[in-house]
Amino acid sequence: VLHATRPLHTSQQRLAPLPPLPEKGGEVRHGLIPEEFFQFLYPKTGVTGPYMLGTGLLLYFLSKEIYVVNHETVAAICILSVIIYGVKKFGADVAAFADKLNEEKVSNAVAVKNAAIKDLETAIEEEKKEQWRLEGRTYLFDAKRNNIAMLLETNYRERLMTVYNEVKKRLDYQVAMQNLKRQKEQDHMIQWVEKSVVQSITPQQQKESIAKCILDLKALSRSAQAAV
Amino acid sequence: GPLSERCLLDVRLGELPMWLATRDLSPQGLLGGVQRAWSSYCDKYINVKRGGAPGVSMLLAGYCLLSYGWSYQHI
Repeated sequence: VLHATRPLHTSQQRLAPLPPLPEKGGEVRHGLIPEEFFQFLYPKTGVTGPYMLGTGLLLYFLSKEIYVVNHETVAAICILSVIIYGVKKFGADVAAFADKLNEEKVSNAVAVKNAAIKDLETAIEEEKKEQWRLEGRTYLFDAKRNNIAMLLETNYRERLMTVYNEVKKRLDYQVAMQNLKRQKEQDHMIQWVEKSVVQSITPQQQKESIAKCILDLKALSRSAQAAV
Repeated sequence: GPLSERCLLDVRLGELPMWLATRDLSPQGLLGGVQRAWSSYCDKYINVKRGGAPGVSMLLAGYCLLSYGWSYQHI
């Protein structure tokens, strides 16, 4: 159970990332004795002090037989000489190989970090572009509003046209009706007048008119002959 | 500084028994001391970017000396 009120990360050291490892280890002379021992003895005995101490101790152990020389001594001497020869000859190469491995690990991590940074930077660019695009939305809405207004106008005019056409059709119909009526009346009247006139012509009048026409024709022919 | 807060290298020879008395000699104290000594040795010689042979050869040499001391009763 994590109590929310418990303060976390209150000490100063946590604020920074972990400090990097030191480059080199402590100085060691001859691979066995730390340098601090030589510095410890330097004020009193100078540079050769620790070596004299080492030689004295060795002779003391040998002479008092605290260190016994037996077959293991010979084995130890051989093993140590082989180890020292190996280290002196191949030490630098092994160190370079290990350094190369470390370099590869570090460069992989740095490459991952750089890739992440690049991705985040492109994401920031995209975000800024989106924000810029957002500013154009007023224009977008104006264009949409214009479109809608045009649609409404078009629709209104179409309907006006329909109304006009319909009204014209009805008025044309009325006009045609009146014309037809007048025409029928005219025709009927003409027919009726003709019929009554024809009926009123009695046979007597017909003979008289025919005789008159013949006389007129003869007169005309005489005048025509005279003209010729 | 005061006697109880100095490390062993800063204690003079005459004050050694007094200094030993101020140390925490309970099992937890001894264990803590051993752990601190081991971690300081590791931080100085092993957990570095370019360590080398001395870091582990000192441990092996100490082990050789210890085992020689333990196995020969005439000492």
